[in-house]
Amino acid sequence: MEEEWDEGGPEVVKRFMYVNRKAPYGTVYALEMLEKVLIAAAFEQDVHVVFMDDGVYQLKKEQETKAINMKNFSPTFRALEGYDVEKLYVEKESLEARGLTVDDLVVPVEVLSSEELKGLMDKQEVILTA
Amino acid sequence: MAYEVNGESIEHDEEGYLSDINQWTPELAGLLAKDEGIEMTDEHWEVINFLREYYEEYQIAPAIRVLVKALKKKFGPEKGSNKYLYELFPYGPAKQACKVGGLPKPTGCI
Amino acid sequence: MLLHTVNKSPFERNSLESCLRVAEDGAGVLLIEDGVYAAMDNTQVSDLIKKRMGNVKFYVLGPDVDARGLGNQSMIDGVESVDYAGFVDLVEKHSATQAWV
Repeated sequence: MEEEWDEGGPEVVKRFMYVNRKAPYGTVYALEMLEKVLIAAAFEQDVHVVFMDDGVYQLKKEQETKAINMKNFSPTFRALEGYDVEKLYVEKESLEARGLTVDDLVVPVEVLSSEELKGLMDKQEVILTA
Repeated sequence: MAYEVNGESIEHDEEGYLSDINQWTPELAGLLAKDEGIEMTDEHWEVINFLREYYEEYQIAPAIRVLVKALKKKFGPEKGSNKYLYELFPYGPAKQACKVGGLPKPTGCI
Repeated sequence: MLLHTVNKSPFERNSLESCLRVAEDGAGVLLIEDGVYAAMDNTQVSDLIKKRMGNVKFYVLGPDVDARGLGNQSMIDGVESVDYAGFVDLVEKHSATQAWV
């Protein structure tokens, strides 16, 4: 990684939203979305990450993937704070449908109702969903 | 493609990053550093060890900006700077230090 | 008797629902990969399995449960966890396997 700018920060900052809707290991969507988030963060964009539907399962604590021979990427969500990605949201309805609470999740998140999420989505300039 | 160390063959990708980070040894690090034209000092090791701990904890190699911030927090402002890292790893700290440390190339690396 | 395997999340696909619609009493249903989410209790879809409990035998693949961080979550009563060797035993024990991919 080369420095694109020094102390001045990025020239353009946009509001990016990444909407995670997939469970972590059945498909590669979740891992690829996390990589997209990290790239946006490297460019110091205003990143919002949403977890809804099965996407909330990405944040489930106690993932142990040795036996399925895949990389457990749930610890990487804890690195996001160091990347200044601190706007993590979970849809309340999705969490409840799965019998989960915020205590089941690896990182602190803001829980939003669908109604609140709607308003937040409307404010974004770039939205990627997977 | 592979590095040969003590008769052991260690796979790497086309850019020289290890295929399996568990195959890394300090001895291999010395070899990789030499390839990069780097003479390993305590300061180099400090960064390499820090990177490996970071990877252990978060399962990714940090972007340079994140590395600098984390080093600053742990070792103070003198060592937590771009300048200091570029002195140690002139061809890009994230790139060179990760390679020497046996980690994958950082995500978002340009 | 058939062994059905379901590898899709019940929240996202109707594979389990379709499977259970045509699964005969006495059949085995093994939940694997994202299918294991269906075995968790207290969810919006727990009833899918609960309604057939007793006449269909339900299994989950343990390594897939652990990978998803569900090892300590409460599973629906009566669902049996198997490992990879147990998976093979189940295939062997049934007349044929139907994979609901």
